[in-house]
Amino acid sequence: VADENLTMSKPTSVVPPEAHPAPIRLRLYVSGNAPNSVCAIANAKAICASHFESRCDLEIIDLVAHPLRAVADEIIVTPTLIKLLPLPVQRVVGNLSDTTQVLLALASA
Amino acid sequence: MKFYARQAAVTKAPTGIQGFDEITGGGLPCGRTTLVLGGPGCGKTVFALQALVNGARQANEAGMFVAFEESTRQIVANASTFGWDLPALVKKRLFFLDARLDPEVVRVGDFDLGGMLALLGAKAKALGAKRIVFDGIDVLLGLLDDPAKERLEIYRIRDWLAQTGLTGIITQKVGYTEDHRYSFMQFMVDCVVVLRHQVVDGSAFRHLRVMKYRGSDFAGDEFPISLTSEGLQLTNRGPRELNHEVSDERIPTGLARLDHMLRGGYHRGSNVLISGAPGTAKSTLSGLFATAACARGERTLYVSFDEGANQIVRNLRSVSIDLAPHVASGVLGMYSTRTRGPNIEDQFADLRERVRAHRPRCLVIDPLSALSTKLAHLASADAAQQFLDFLKGEGITVVNTSLMDGLNTDEATTTGISTIADTWIHLSYVVQDGERNRALTIVKSRGTGHSNQVRELTLSDDGVTLTDVFMAQGKALMGVARWEWEQEQRAAQERTTVASDLKRLQLQVAQAEAVARLQVVQTEIDARNAEMSVLALATGSANRLLKSDQEVLRKLRHGDAEPAKARAAIKVGGRRKPHHVKTH
Repeated sequence: VADENLTMSKPTSVVPPEAHPAPIRLRLYVSGNAPNSVCAIANAKAICASHFESRCDLEIIDLVAHPLRAVADEIIVTPTLIKLLPLPVQRVVGNLSDTTQVLLALASA
Repeated sequence: MKFYARQAAVTKAPTGIQGFDEITGGGLPCGRTTLVLGGPGCGKTVFALQALVNGARQANEAGMFVAFEESTRQIVANASTFGWDLPALVKKRLFFLDARLDPEVVRVGDFDLGGMLALLGAKAKALGAKRIVFDGIDVLLGLLDDPAKERLEIYRIRDWLAQTGLTGIITQKVGYTEDHRYSFMQFMVDCVVVLRHQVVDGSAFRHLRVMKYRGSDFAGDEFPISLTSEGLQLTNRGPRELNHEVSDERIPTGLARLDHMLRGGYHRGSNVLISGAPGTAKSTLSGLFATAACARGERTLYVSFDEGANQIVRNLRSVSIDLAPHVASGVLGMYSTRTRGPNIEDQFADLRERVRAHRPRCLVIDPLSALSTKLAHLASADAAQQFLDFLKGEGITVVNTSLMDGLNTDEATTTGISTIADTWIHLSYVVQDGERNRALTIVKSRGTGHSNQVRELTLSDDGVTLTDVFMAQGKALMGVARWEWEQEQRAAQERTTVASDLKRLQLQVAQAEAVARLQVVQTEIDARNAEMSVLALATGSANRLLKSDQEVLRKLRHGDAEPAKARAAIKVGGRRKPHHVKTH
């Protein structure tokens, strides 16, 4: 799995568009096809599709292919999801198996 | 047999940690994983970092340090106390990865170390790294919160290490209570090093033990370690076999008569113990040795545990031993300190470092017994012995003083110093006739003949002298008693001289009298002789007269006077034979 930019277009969000007008930028670091990584990619895509519709920009970075990206972004464990926008930057580690918790983490602060 | 041969082929990566490479026969297993266990403050991080730094500095091997617990900046700052020049190394051969997980981070579901290992793999290739440290792995594992998952990650790291061929060091905290949670790690890795920190009587003792080392011989005892300015230092229990080089060279003690008593001075590289009660001039003898060494141009170190350097210089000047010029020229190093706590391991580590820095050929430790009160602790007694062994290995001649009131005190034996000493000089006070005098005895001196006599040591403004002790009426005489005895002897001798002179004169008189008497007798004899001659003469003439009278008478009578003639002839004897007898 290489870098992958996905833009979801299905408007199926439960959150009204007026509440989150700003675009959302997410970046997911994974390591190859490790079970947790594969799981996280699927979960991230599903969350974006179901909750953020077209406002969500999800970037997936495979550290096996681009290991030095981990230094710059200080990634220790995989998978790691970083919410770059809107500020503040927020990190979530794990395979994102619990959607409610992921949404809570991304919405917090 | 082939199996063992293969085991012996484990290659070692030297850690450069003094002592550790000795007890493991070369260092850590190359290309394998070593687990360093220990409670907080045991020196795990220092051990791991030092192995990494020494690899970079001494073996030119690049390395990586993954910090799970402290920030890399903190680690570099902490290590700056060791003088390793980490910043310069970081530029060229070391890579530090801050692998702390932000506590703010939200965990949702399982995660693994795949990303980090991918990063480290790429870095290792770029640097050509040979060694890697995972410091405080327990912090990360704790986040997993599941023993099965923790184990999985550890195996992932191990496999990754095996794959990359890096020599790995993993440090892990263990509590004082046995922690079974991570015990599987000890089975998994090839080498386990346990660090222990113990407080005895308020003093910290650090120990290191190699618990396991696959495919290699190792010393499995606990060894004392200390943190010095060069990093961690392990004190090995000295060589398994004592085969120090020995020298036949003698070096002066600084006191000519003592040299003579030892038949030429101390042996080069030997260990001299000067014991004695307080004030018996132990320091003075040490000072003499030090100045003599400096005067020969030999670098000397004077370590004192009870006086400041300036005070020593001043005090020795009072017995005309001048250390000041040698201190000024740098030949003599003075180091005064205090004993600190019962753990003298650190203290000896400190001394070792000073010895290495000053490179002396002669060393004075005054007094070693300042440490011996702490020597009740076995570890400390070991440390003393190891230190003295180290000095012997370096060929340094060392004079130790030891405060001791008697010769057979337990102190001397428990510290074991007396058995390590090659030459043992004991100074004591002899109290007699209301005074104290210093007496010097050589208790033992290995490999040199030595005097069995007690000598008196006298200190004065002119210096130090050893005087013969007089034996009189079965007692050794010292001080004023000796002086009195000497005076008395002199007086007695004078008396004898005068008496014999008088006797000679008296005899001369008697002799003269005898001679005179002899003269008188001789004269008398002569007188008697003369008298006798006179008498004989008188008698002869009378006879002649008588004879002539008879002749005359016979002629007158015309008679035959034959019988009378015969009688007269007999009476006159042989003096004058009358010719007329023949005529008949």
